[in-house]
Amino acid sequence: MSADATQPDSLSPAIEVQNLVKSYAGFLAVNNVSFTVRRGEILGFLGPNGAGKSTTMRILTGYLPATSGVARVCGVPVATRPEEVKRLIGYMPENNPLPEDMRVSEYLYYRGRLKELGRRKLSSRINEVMELCDLGRERHRIIGKLSKGFRQRVGIAEAILAEPPVIIMDEPTIGLDPHQIQLVRDLIDSLRGNMSVIISSHILPEIEVTCDRVLIINQGRIVTMGTPAELRRDIIGHSVYKLEIACDVEQLGPALAVFEPSIKISETSAPDADGFRIIYITTDRDEPIGESLLQLLRSDDRFRLRGLSRENPTLEDVFLVATRRSRDIIDAPKKPRR
Amino acid sequence: MRHFFTILSHEIRMLLVNPGTYIAAVFFLGVMGSIFIDLLNLYSAVPQETSPATVFFRLFWVPVLFMVPLLTMKSISEERRHGTLETLLTSPVSTTEVVLGKYGAAYFLYILLWGSTAVFFYILQKFAGDSRFLDAGPLIGGYLFIAVSGLFFVAIGILASSLSRNQAVSGFLCFTLLALILGLNFVSNADIFSNETLSPFKSIVQRAQIFQHLDDFSRGIIDTRQLLFYVSGATLTLILSILGLEAKILHS
Repeated sequence: MSADATQPDSLSPAIEVQNLVKSYAGFLAVNNVSFTVRRGEILGFLGPNGAGKSTTMRILTGYLPATSGVARVCGVPVATRPEEVKRLIGYMPENNPLPEDMRVSEYLYYRGRLKELGRRKLSSRINEVMELCDLGRERHRIIGKLSKGFRQRVGIAEAILAEPPVIIMDEPTIGLDPHQIQLVRDLIDSLRGNMSVIISSHILPEIEVTCDRVLIINQGRIVTMGTPAELRRDIIGHSVYKLEIACDVEQLGPALAVFEPSIKISETSAPDADGFRIIYITTDRDEPIGESLLQLLRSDDRFRLRGLSRENPTLEDVFLVATRRSRDIIDAPKKPRR
Repeated sequence: MRHFFTILSHEIRMLLVNPGTYIAAVFFLGVMGSIFIDLLNLYSAVPQETSPATVFFRLFWVPVLFMVPLLTMKSISEERRHGTLETLLTSPVSTTEVVLGKYGAAYFLYILLWGSTAVFFYILQKFAGDSRFLDAGPLIGGYLFIAVSGLFFVAIGILASSLSRNQAVSGFLCFTLLALILGLNFVSNADIFSNETLSPFKSIVQRAQIFQHLDDFSRGIIDTRQLLFYVSGATLTLILSILGLEAKILHS
């Protein structure tokens, strides 16, 4: 192979997947999946168990061959040049398997040698990643005796060891406590811009904070893809405001309808001792209408307003709606895939 | 083959820090030592025609049947069970390098253990002061046979280990395969082979006379056909291990 062909293209996207299909004995684990990850971008992979997340990741690492379709990492096709792709990827598999009877520094050294780092460079790089992952004090401990949080950090340290342009992590925060999750999140955040990262997770707030874009996959198909804000708008489709107000509900509806026809009252609570109720209203208007709503209700004597806030649907709501919808109309994804 | 030596040195290191290796080594040296002592008792009681080395190596099958499974059963099945094979194979390492690295380490330890039995003969010569006990011919021939046949036996262990996630299953499978191959010695004259149509099988079985090979080696007859039998057997078994492992990954 010529030197030119082995050189990964620096302009092509970090990951390019087109019409990827993987079937196991008649069962379609990944069904016609296409997406692109830009350089330096962090992509969140969301989906229920068995949706095809891990399979897609394994195909991207060259560990599993795809049944059909194209996957490229930095312009290098995975199917025909898996050896090169393995040099471009740092991978942390699901459940983060580690050898139980090695010391942390020994393990990183061994992995570094396998990843073709020179001896001299390797020892300084090991110190660097240990510092980054806050593993300095654990360097001589046996991996089998480490707590889950530290094991996870060893896995991440190993993935970033050779400074690959692409990092793939399958559920890096599973089973960690909130403090450890914060550490892992900061760590992934620090990779932003330098490396492209794909992470899968069930912890949705986690993905929301860390990822630039989110891809929701269900039953082997991509349900939707975009920034968390875009997904909220596309999937939920309306904004929700919460009012704390003392008034006659019968009068509130028409008053709001004059202001904005799309407003509907979705939920009303019983009045408390002071006569205030909590009322949820929904509107199709995407831009914030809180201020004008506040002015309207304050200027009207019939209403006594105590509080007004916009309710942000969480990614969890988006996820639940998207995966439920995908079950009904799985063949017609709402959003174009690019 | 760039990573072969990295994996080999790592595997040897892991075998040397594994308590199981020392248990196997103590067991091996204990059994071989007691066999050797029995042998000496026999020789001191009644004069014998053959050299003690010849008789000693004729019992090679005892440690082979037990040691090879113990040394190899863990190698690949453990990696598969823990899932570390996935991390290993997603680094720029090929299945061939992994299998050969593990094979090399197990073979190294096999030879190391057998090599340590040379001390028995050294002690014997040192204290008996009789050079007749230390007949160099059968000794060198015997060790050569161990080294060459070990290539094949250890490869069988690696194949068995690549076939199951469970160490115990791999161990038993290896034991059974070795017993079958060693047992070919006793079936070559079976009645079933007198049938004309089975004559190709008969010639195969006649080539696989491992005990006969040992006798030849001890007498200093190094037959290239026998060398080829072990080397090609080892190569074929290793190729099967590599293919088997890749097939398992494909369906994982």
